[in-house]
Amino acid sequence: MTANTPLLKVDKAGIRFGGLKAVSEVNLELQKGELVGLIGPNGAGKTTFFNLLTGVYVPTEGSISLDGEKLNGFAPYKITKKGISRTFQNIRLFSDLTVLDNVKIAYHSLAKHSIISSIFRLPSHFAGEREMEEKAIEFLKIFKLDNVLYEQAKNLPYGQQRRLEIARALAANPKLLLLDEPAAGMNPQETDELMNLIALIRERFDLTILLIEHDMNLVMGVCERIYVLDHGQLIADGTPEEIRNNPKVIEAYLGEEVS
Amino acid sequence: MKSSKHAKGFWLSIVLAVIFSIVMQFLISGGTLNPFYVNTLFSIGINIILAVSLHLIIGITGQFSIGHAGFLAVGAYMSAIVTMKLALPFPVAILAAGMAAAVAGLVIGIPTLRLRGDYLAIATLGFGEIMRIVFLNIDYVGGASGMTVTHLTTWPWVIACVLMTIIVIVNFTNSTHGRACLSIRENEIAADAMGINTTYYKVMAFVIGAFFAGVAGALHAHNFYIIQPGNFGFLKSFDILILVVIGGLGSMSGSVFAAILLTIISTYLSNYPELRMVIYSLVLVVMMLFRPQGLMGTKEITAFLKMGKSAKGGSHDDGKHTTA
Ligand SMILES: Nc1ncnc2c1ncn2[C@@H]1O[C@H](COP(=O)(O)OP(=O)(O)O)[C@@H](O)[C@H]1O
Ligand SMILES: [Mg+2]
Repeated sequence: MTANTPLLKVDKAGIRFGGLKAVSEVNLELQKGELVGLIGPNGAGKTTFFNLLTGVYVPTEGSISLDGEKLNGFAPYKITKKGISRTFQNIRLFSDLTVLDNVKIAYHSLAKHSIISSIFRLPSHFAGEREMEEKAIEFLKIFKLDNVLYEQAKNLPYGQQRRLEIARALAANPKLLLLDEPAAGMNPQETDELMNLIALIRERFDLTILLIEHDMNLVMGVCERIYVLDHGQLIADGTPEEIRNNPKVIEAYLGEEVS
Repeated sequence: MKSSKHAKGFWLSIVLAVIFSIVMQFLISGGTLNPFYVNTLFSIGINIILAVSLHLIIGITGQFSIGHAGFLAVGAYMSAIVTMKLALPFPVAILAAGMAAAVAGLVIGIPTLRLRGDYLAIATLGFGEIMRIVFLNIDYVGGASGMTVTHLTTWPWVIACVLMTIIVIVNFTNSTHGRACLSIRENEIAADAMGINTTYYKVMAFVIGAFFAGVAGALHAHNFYIIQPGNFGFLKSFDILILVVIGGLGSMSGSVFAAILLTIISTYLSNYPELRMVIYSLVLVVMMLFRPQGLMGTKEITAFLKMGKSAKGGSHDDGKHTTA
């Protein structure tokens, strides 16, 4: 692995569902530490692209590699262990479980105690569980969720649910964090807080982030580079300034407003 | 701090259970309990094992498996072969029964647990029926007329197996492994995305559940003098399923209560089998109308005992369950 190996390299990746090419020939590279936006009108294929990256769908064309290692065909849980973690456009928390348990579950792959040790309550079980609990509580403090540790996830207000989902994704210890429209449904103040949070975690966890956002203005503010997807294809990529003035992008978004 | 409190409650219940078993043993050997009651007591124990083992699969892991009698059958026949054909001692038979059922669970679980909801239900239902038909056609185990089995099931064995089942399943559930199973019930896609090997944990829950159903099979076989394939049909699977549903999907204590309650009811109705099914169905309908979350919802008995104090979430009455 050389110094300039991109963290994520997507090479002509795509997927078709029957006749529909939901994502097609997408080339994308992320360098370590970047915060990059992925925008596009509704139905452009952004979420589907995340599903390709995380192994929910296996690409029917092209390849995806993380740190130079090919990920095609790995099960989603393996890809998470390799270092890609995500949030969902429609929040998917473990809603009947507590805030604390939601985060502990993300720590599961780090657990060293076996099923046998848990069943027989061996010392390694208690040590492992205690370590997980302490780590999770410590972690939730960063997200200001330590006052609702034993609350069921579904009882949290919307903004906190979004925050918990991000916390949970980060607990899985990713190199690359994928955020799928994290600001959807938020009011301007919540959106501001969210953007601050993203900046904070990026610093603190030495992360690379790919952010899907429907709202172009929001992405323009925080991202260094932006990719634009329309009808499953990349139509542009560049700095916010370049994207703002790109006629193809303007057309794609205008087209959406008209329809 | 919290976990030590849990541990205390856990050991307290074990001590209480041991005292209870010793008292019962005296009542049985002293003849205070007549054979009818003793038999009911054994049935309650066996049904608790079945309910708690299915609870792990359905209530915790959210896999709607409805062929649990298939594992019961494997355990019953395996144990009968061990004691009757191989003339080995009863404890060996119990262990062999659990192992055989666990292997069956592994073999069935790997392909079927890829299926979801209704498809999984149909596949496991099919498995139950297949086991029945297999035993029906093997002459070595007596075909349709079944196998005669000596009566070896005694109170110490019953209570020891009940306690072992409960301890293992409670300890499994209250660990990172149990949380992995719960995450599958809650949201399989998110569980996957959090690095949980969902297939592994589904199969694991299935195998552990099957093991204890097999143990129940050994106790069952050596309690009834004869086992026949007909004992292990769909209706038996339904009987077990109803315990978990009525108890409240996700509540182990609920499954235990339901097992006690329904075993007593059905013992008194055993002379009217048709009436029993009618009453069961009625109970189920009434339940669906007035308390769809089951007797206990997802709560455990401990949550009621320390009600109000340190409301440990994770269990709430109006919980919805992603079982399908
Ligand atoms: N599993 C699937 N089967 C068929 N079509 C799908 C599937 N998943 C996504 N699509 C289609 O792919 C297109 C892109 O959807 P999506 O990725 O959700 O868009 P976006 O997130 O950009 O709004 C849509 O037309 C959608 O209907
Ligand atoms: Mg989307």
